[in-house]
Amino acid sequence: MKLSWLKVAGFLACLAPLERLGWKAYSGNLGANPIEAITHATGDWTLIFLLITLAVTPLRKLTKQLWMIRFRRMLGLFAFFYGLLHFLTYIWLDKFFDLREMLADVGKRRFIAAGFTAFVLLIPLAITSTSGWIRRLGGRRWRLLHRLIYISAIAGVIHYVWLVKADLRKPLQYAFVLLILLGCRLAVWLVPKVRQAAALSSGPAEFSHE
Amino acid sequence: MLIKKAADILASEITPKSLYMNRRAFLAGTAIAGAVAVAGVGVQEMASPSEVVQANAKIDGIRKSSFSTTEKITPYKDVTNYNNYYEFSTDKEGPAELAKNFKTRPWTVTIDGLVKKKQVLDVDTILKMAAPEERIYRHRCVEGWSIVVPWVGFSLSELIKRAEPLPKARYVEFTTLNDPQQMPGLRVPVLDWPYVEGLRMDEAMHPLALLCFGMYGEVLPNQDGAPLRIVVPWKYGFKSAKAIVRIRFTEEQPINTWNKAAPSEYGFYSNVNPNVDHPRWSQAKERRLGEFFKRPTLMFNGYDQVASLYSGMDLKKYF
Repeated sequence: MKLSWLKVAGFLACLAPLERLGWKAYSGNLGANPIEAITHATGDWTLIFLLITLAVTPLRKLTKQLWMIRFRRMLGLFAFFYGLLHFLTYIWLDKFFDLREMLADVGKRRFIAAGFTAFVLLIPLAITSTSGWIRRLGGRRWRLLHRLIYISAIAGVIHYVWLVKADLRKPLQYAFVLLILLGCRLAVWLVPKVRQAAALSSGPAEFSHE
Repeated sequence: MLIKKAADILASEITPKSLYMNRRAFLAGTAIAGAVAVAGVGVQEMASPSEVVQANAKIDGIRKSSFSTTEKITPYKDVTNYNNYYEFSTDKEGPAELAKNFKTRPWTVTIDGLVKKKQVLDVDTILKMAAPEERIYRHRCVEGWSIVVPWVGFSLSELIKRAEPLPKARYVEFTTLNDPQQMPGLRVPVLDWPYVEGLRMDEAMHPLALLCFGMYGEVLPNQDGAPLRIVVPWKYGFKSAKAIVRIRFTEEQPINTWNKAAPSEYGFYSNVNPNVDHPRWSQAKERRLGEFFKRPTLMFNGYDQVASLYSGMDLKKYF
């Protein structure tokens, strides 16, 4: 019961960036180039939610707070939600649904291609996020499929790195956080293997002492 | 023999008598309109404070120019709160606040290189070289947005002529102030400071090339390049160097800062050209600030009179 209240609060908190954007738009406070402001804000929040989603598992393991996992789906869906808004801003406000121009962009401009990849990879994850789909796919296959989020996040950060003119500070901050989060996973996967290998190789050495 | 002297004032500039006689009523009307505007701004400020609004000193005796466009002028608020001025910040909203206390006096400009009259000029001496004109120009940023600004200044050629460049001088190089104390962006090596820009001599001598010290009838705001900048309306905005402290005449083509940072993306010429894309985005269209739909970008930003400067040049190669 307590958790569901926490979930409602979390849900509302996740909507706050959108509310803020909506309020700024309503009060004419988006600055001189509102469409650019909307594009940047939705893009930023997509990356932030992707990183938060990726932080859940390492944090849960580190703190041994199991309940955290119950928020992961919602956070991931919010990453998709803000990514969708970002994508819609691009095709509606920037390209005015000019599909040909959009496809030319994807083909010609690598930062668009990277962003497009990041977004498209999130679609199957959003669709299969329901309990029904986890059952249908089976836990193992579902987990395998959902590792696509790693590629999506990497593509998303590359999208940002490739689009800035000269000041790489902000995109590199995202890259740094992502590197840590993916590094955690690599460590979790690698450490037991290394231990195992060490145990194996030291095995005969122990024998030789006898 | 009687020679008729031309009138000092054009007939069209004389206020109609009826308006003149009713000037009190006119002033009252203006006052009411002003009060309403102030009240409106007040309400808006309450709803959304934070925008930097500053009134600068008026510039007297500004003449009109036939180079001006009749297109709708971009609001002052946008031109002063949306600035690419990396010496202060890489955020467009940053310079307005960070340049607030920027000192524009005393200010000198060093004129050197291949000129007869190498000298250090006080900016106020430069400002008096010719009568100020209002030039309402389109201004197109390489990022794909544009504005229409009523700049105040006079042709850059007025200054160049007085410096008497040597025949060998083929280029003019402009250097922006490099003072990290006053310009916090300079403490970050985002670009190779100081900011340097350049023009070919014939470009610099073209009457459209403006030496600028004001806009909207007032002294140039700090975030827009005070006290002295150039405005080259047929080129992407970054060619129009701000806060100039040095003007050097050279035989060799200057290496401009953005060209140095990314040679494949920003050329020396950087003429506005819808047919040559930036490697990472299209230049075919632009968003005029304040407009919802994008508009097509014009060759040379619509200043066709400069086309002859580039006849025979491959503008895809010399982008």
